[in-house]
Amino acid sequence: MPVMTFIEAIRSALHDAMAADDRIMVLGEDVAVKGGVFLATEGLLARFGEHRVIDMPIAECGIVGAAIGASLHGLLPVAEIQFADYIYPAIDQILNEAARFRYRSNGDWSCPIVVRAPCGAGIHGALYHSQSVERLFISTPGIKVVMPSTPFDAKGLLIAAIHDPDPVIFFEHKQLYRLVRGDVPEGIYREPIGKAAVRRSGSDMSVFSYGLMVHHSLTAAEELAAEGIDVEVIDLRTLAPLDREAILSSVKKTGRALIVHEDVLTGGIGGEIAALIAEHAFEYLDAPVRRLASPDLFATPFADPLEEHFMLNPQKIAAAMRDLARY
Amino acid sequence: MVRHNDHAHGSAGASPALLTDSRLDAATLIDYYRQMVLIRRFEEKCQEMYTKAKIGGFLHLYVGEEATAVGAIAALRPEDHIFTHYRDHGHAIARGLDINALMAELFGKVTGCCKGLGGSMHFADVSKNFWGGYAIVGSHLPLAVGAALGMKMQRKDSVVMAFFGDGATNCGEFYESLNFAQLWKLPVVFVCENNLYAMGTPLEVHSSVTELYRKACAFGMTSERVDGNDVLAMREAALRAVEHARSGKGPVLLEAMTYRFRGHSAQDTQKYRTKEDIERHRRNDPITRFRTLLLNEGIATEQQLRDIDRMIDDQVEAAVRFADESPEPGPEWITQAGVYAAPIAVDPPIHGE
Repeated sequence: MPVMTFIEAIRSALHDAMAADDRIMVLGEDVAVKGGVFLATEGLLARFGEHRVIDMPIAECGIVGAAIGASLHGLLPVAEIQFADYIYPAIDQILNEAARFRYRSNGDWSCPIVVRAPCGAGIHGALYHSQSVERLFISTPGIKVVMPSTPFDAKGLLIAAIHDPDPVIFFEHKQLYRLVRGDVPEGIYREPIGKAAVRRSGSDMSVFSYGLMVHHSLTAAEELAAEGIDVEVIDLRTLAPLDREAILSSVKKTGRALIVHEDVLTGGIGGEIAALIAEHAFEYLDAPVRRLASPDLFATPFADPLEEHFMLNPQKIAAAMRDLARY
Repeated sequence: MVRHNDHAHGSAGASPALLTDSRLDAATLIDYYRQMVLIRRFEEKCQEMYTKAKIGGFLHLYVGEEATAVGAIAALRPEDHIFTHYRDHGHAIARGLDINALMAELFGKVTGCCKGLGGSMHFADVSKNFWGGYAIVGSHLPLAVGAALGMKMQRKDSVVMAFFGDGATNCGEFYESLNFAQLWKLPVVFVCENNLYAMGTPLEVHSSVTELYRKACAFGMTSERVDGNDVLAMREAALRAVEHARSGKGPVLLEAMTYRFRGHSAQDTQKYRTKEDIERHRRNDPITRFRTLLLNEGIATEQQLRDIDRMIDDQVEAAVRFADESPEPGPEWITQAGVYAAPIAVDPPIHGE
């Protein structure tokens, strides 16, 4: 099985899916000739032509709106938002329109679009090139929100998203693109949307995370293992719909829960998971549910030491784990 | 309504204004040269520091577009306001922001113009009415219009100048801004820097109309295309536009024809154009053109200009030293600003406070 980086897995998913299904098209800023700012769409124009791979004006509302409209006629558009921070102009189209197509047509219409958006901090992007924005989408019914952490999942979940009948917002952490490598099958395969994955089995506490933070949590879990604390790490993979069963069954086993995400604390998925556990697994808990997230600030600061201070890392996660284990 | 002065690929001939505009003495002209060279050297130094990893993140250089910022901003008074886009170094320098503070910002130091919180795309200095670079394309145009509305409401005669690229003219915010500004005859000068590429997408691929000044026609707005690589033509057009806006006749759209010699960002592979394209445009280098003009017209001597070049080299080196030696910000800088402002004093006070 070939070993790929995360970005190669995304590219492989697009190539393989487009080769197998000519309803799939890609549209976004600089996605065709340039192949995308992160080269996720490299080679697609040469292989599939300018009618299926379209360089769009810098106007995200128009990009996503066009994807929604095209999807109504049997096409399967994959829109790229160059940086997740640029998604705001498209939010009206996503939340007001795409999310409500099934409802407004009493289930007759669907909106099979994918909106891919590179997100996350750690590359000195500051105000407009560092944000985690998944919290803005998880509370609107009708939208699916996916965020893989491994190259295998990146490909399998992206192909699943493309053929999913509902709108899927697909977040890719920029730091993962070239940082993580792993086995990725050639050809078409699908990973289920809405299913979490156990990345490390453990008995002392459950850590729920997604994206880049899964890797940091695993590193921290190894550190804790050396101290005799056995941490289970669950990769949520999908934030909407949330895999409630996986969350509850893990916390019922371990009795302790820590939620780790790079998105800010308030309004992040951590609050929803904490509420879920409080409602349905309260009597299993040996300690209060803990959340570790980015501070509730305007934006990621630019300067090195500030960005480092702002971001979560394995040391901070290990400290939170120790704290929870001691309770 | 539309004045169309297309000198986009003009030569270094004497501009008529040079001979007739009494405000243009030799010292002023030489200062335009100084500003343009300062921007160029600053940008080249930024590239060098980026390669040396002294500057991180994203870097969008203004090399080749210097005459647009210098000419346009020359038409403003200190009490006028500027909003700009992410390629903001040139505007900041032309507006007279301290280059030590700009370089320090790029190095992520506390002495930076934004204390190291912003970096390249978000230069700001409210003491210069420089309201910052904005990196969401088109997003600052409604802000500029609102600032102009504020000027009008408060009966101030300040003008707002908003810079943006050709790509921004496809954004909804652009049309919303033009419409409202014209409807209320607001004192805004929209300066579109048409450098022929929206990031990596060529003008004819991203815009249905490639003469972008014509986009103002739909709103009955005065607009003009100008050679943005001719600092004097740019200044003249900006003076006309600023006067129009200040006198209450409403906004103006200027389309400055220019070209960036570097990539969209420091990492750009530039697949969307050839080396020959760039070389062809290099013959229209705004600094070379203006330098030749100053020499041909006897306004400056070769020696004078060389002295300026040397002085700027020293100034930029000093800015690098200043940035390098400045302290890094500690974590207290993150939380110091807080998320909310201090309450505005109101009378009577809000119940319970």
